[in-house]
Amino acid sequence: MHNWIPNSSPEIRGELLRDLGLKDVSELFSDVPPQLLLARDLNVGFGRTLAEYEVVRLFNTLISKNRLSEVPSFMGGGLCQHYVPSAVKALVSRSEFYTAYTPYQAEIAQGLLQALFEYQSLMADLYGVKVVNASMYNGSTASAEAVLMAARAKKRRRILISESVHPEVVEVIRTWGFGAGLELVNVGLDRESGQISLSDLRSKLSDEVAAVFVQTPNFFGVVESVVREVIEETHRVNALSIVYTHPLALGVLEAPGAMGADVVVGDVQGLGVGLNFGGPSAGILGINDDKELLRQFPGRLIGATRTVDGRERGFTMILQTREQHIKRERATSNITTNASLEALAAAVHLSLLGSKGLRRLGEAILGRTHYLVKSLSRLESVDLLFPEALHFREVGVRFPVNAAQVLRTLASRGVYAGPDLGRFRGELGDCGLVCVTELHTKRDIELLVELLGEVVGRGG
Amino acid sequence: MMVFRQAKWDEPVLFELGGSSKQTFAVDDEFSGEAEEALSKAPRHVLRSVEPGIPNLSEVEVVRHFTRLSQMSYGVDLGPVPLGSCTMKYNPKVSEELASDRRIVDLHPYQDVDSVQGVLEIMYLMQKWLSEITGMDECSLQPPAGAAGEFVGALIIKKYHLDKGNTGKVEMIVPEAAHGSNPASSAMAGFKVVKIPTAPDGETDIEALKAVLSDSTAGLMLTNPNTLGIFESKIVEISDLLHGRDALMYYDGANLNGILGLVRPGDMGFDIIHLNLHKTFSAPHGGGGPGAGAVCVKSGLKEYLPVPIVDFDGRKYVFRYDLSRTVGRISWFYGNVVPIVKSFIYIATLGPSLREVAELSVLNTNYLMRKLAGLRGVSLAYGEGRWRKHEFVVSFEKLLKETGVSAEDVAKALLDRGFHAPTIYFPLIVKEAHMIEVTESESKENIDALANAYKEVVDLAYSSPELVKSSPTNTSVGRLDVLTANHPKTLAPTYRYVEKLKDEGP
Repeated sequence: MHNWIPNSSPEIRGELLRDLGLKDVSELFSDVPPQLLLARDLNVGFGRTLAEYEVVRLFNTLISKNRLSEVPSFMGGGLCQHYVPSAVKALVSRSEFYTAYTPYQAEIAQGLLQALFEYQSLMADLYGVKVVNASMYNGSTASAEAVLMAARAKKRRRILISESVHPEVVEVIRTWGFGAGLELVNVGLDRESGQISLSDLRSKLSDEVAAVFVQTPNFFGVVESVVREVIEETHRVNALSIVYTHPLALGVLEAPGAMGADVVVGDVQGLGVGLNFGGPSAGILGINDDKELLRQFPGRLIGATRTVDGRERGFTMILQTREQHIKRERATSNITTNASLEALAAAVHLSLLGSKGLRRLGEAILGRTHYLVKSLSRLESVDLLFPEALHFREVGVRFPVNAAQVLRTLASRGVYAGPDLGRFRGELGDCGLVCVTELHTKRDIELLVELLGEVVGRGG
Repeated sequence: MMVFRQAKWDEPVLFELGGSSKQTFAVDDEFSGEAEEALSKAPRHVLRSVEPGIPNLSEVEVVRHFTRLSQMSYGVDLGPVPLGSCTMKYNPKVSEELASDRRIVDLHPYQDVDSVQGVLEIMYLMQKWLSEITGMDECSLQPPAGAAGEFVGALIIKKYHLDKGNTGKVEMIVPEAAHGSNPASSAMAGFKVVKIPTAPDGETDIEALKAVLSDSTAGLMLTNPNTLGIFESKIVEISDLLHGRDALMYYDGANLNGILGLVRPGDMGFDIIHLNLHKTFSAPHGGGGPGAGAVCVKSGLKEYLPVPIVDFDGRKYVFRYDLSRTVGRISWFYGNVVPIVKSFIYIATLGPSLREVAELSVLNTNYLMRKLAGLRGVSLAYGEGRWRKHEFVVSFEKLLKETGVSAEDVAKALLDRGFHAPTIYFPLIVKEAHMIEVTESESKENIDALANAYKEVVDLAYSSPELVKSSPTNTSVGRLDVLTANHPKTLAPTYRYVEKLKDEGP
């Protein structure tokens, strides 16, 4: 018996059984072969039903073993700690939103549908593209779906991916592309600029290439200034350009769609969504074509329409014939559940910021990154990975010793930075990332730099 | 009879709120000099050329806007959402509060494992508990939703056969009554989908299965209880048939709620299973997501799981990346941790009482089924005389023929009576279908009220069908024009399209 199960009291349970002419609930399972029936209790939880305060106590004991950075975290690697406004938290905590299902019954879900339509509109504007869907799971799976879409649309299997793309995103693309037989080809890094090497790209482009995938600001925090050239080269072989960008960069940096990108991807973490130990977040996926590519577009889409009597505006899910519940094995994706609530959070955060606030927030992050770069370059024992590059939010650094060791020492002093890049590539074992956001004060950054000087000076 | 009137705000779209010059969310200017310096050094062409069209509104305007939108939405906290195969159960408030703790939401995925021992212990326990619940040996929590878990399953099947050198295993068998994501996931993994029908008793047609089974068969994707809510009683025989051909058995866990603690897929002979934590284990659905989708396997397939999985090395919890045959990462990091934490709280609270979840969800289902099966114009699809498990399917084919009122019309009329409609027109093998799942969360009174609402609608269909066909009228808007919404000339997936249509017309 439990109060989450209203009919579990013996009285009501008995009433329901009597109504069905049954003595015991086991009769409802008479069609299950007896040898399959579990003859014991499940060994889960803590042996019995717990009172709410017992669960709270237990949970607090467990998570007290988690530790947080004492100053705002300097950890990067795709996700960074940002401020989530209280208004965002309050609005996504409205249980009309969070206990709702996918809005299959449009008339009773207009508010949710309108909010998701606004998300699509805001994101399309921000990325400079025509259509953005109502969300993918996160940036990594949005990237995988983008690549699969490109391969379908172009009927080609080869995908060129810049070495400056997040390594976990590349891994996810590889996993998702296995069934479709995709061939991923790495395009090397220009060691000076920290950007995709145009000459390597040119040598690998051919009419067998379906898409070229680049990221800016890239995994090392470098703002790639050659994106336009990459897109032009890509179009020369009639392939699709896919550009991964963080939405918070787009207050100050050019929209990928405006640079000619065919497909845009990103992740909303930082825009109304916390770190969440890596998930959930929401993946952004958009296209600059509402004809050919739209037919191959995966995921849920909301559209504006009118009521049947023509009197009122309303919103509904559209182009569902692309989706699995209708198209089955010929669907453009298997995605069903997405990340609506995080998309909503992003829409609320963007609405609070406005175009002006987004610009200012972008500048606040850019300014901090610039300050961090200058401060780090004054440290003798620490080298910037790409000293000449323009950075946004994240900066790659090289230590004279093992990076993991340095970062562990830093963490023991209450300051979290990283990740060390050795975890992705052995030859980068002496490198790490540092991320700054609006949360950091000058004092915080100075503290980090001082500590680094001390730790590295001592040889880790 | 419950009276239902949904809020109806004439709420403009964000872009129509008239916000061009309000005071927006404040940002500090401690680094404005630094920003200026960086901007002056940056190549011009990397900087934004056109300001995005986001309106500039004050906080109070934004809060009112989205609060009004929330009032025009409908979730489990407002009333029953009896969507079949979606398991829309109550989402306990304690889970919401605990999972929003800073020591969860501010954790960075690349923190040293020493600093995240609490959350790793939760994930480790969840892997163990989900293995026990499903009768499998090892789980990965990485799939961000059920369909992603299915895709992992299909990839495991693909890789398993390739590793054995069986390049001819190219076919995945999927029942016609299966969830659409099954064939879609199979296709994404590169399989040819082979369909099999349902027999009149509501179970998989085993003769049809034997007919398509061959050395090309890589696996079978099945949900049990199936989408009709009927338990596949010949499941052991089916498993033996597949295993006899060296094909793997995949279990779609969407329907697990009806057998929790009573029957386990692992004991039925399944090799791989995905779970939807946002269905069975009560993480909220979020208006479409996020979900969380574990994937569990028998010990022989453990090395194929996505990495990392959480392990205990005798001293502390660690991530293990060294699975030798792994299909790779299905998503970055470690899964959707917040819903995983909510499901942890749910299972920790109920413990062995999870069995009652299944018992009451099944009892509720059959109680409601009996009430609806007797209604005029309504018939039970397949499996006459069979008890259902977590859900059941009724057909309004007769009602449509006799009154012109369709399953969709009935669904819209239910909205007017304060109920979310069930899943409609699914499974595809049932004409004019309603697939209904009330879960263990609904009280007897609520189930009675839902049954009465159905009766009222069906009666109305026979007396004044036009009244049913003109519903809904108590929702924020009336019936929507889906054709216009989908027509290439009037398609409007963003506000820019709305403006363009206003200016130029379709």
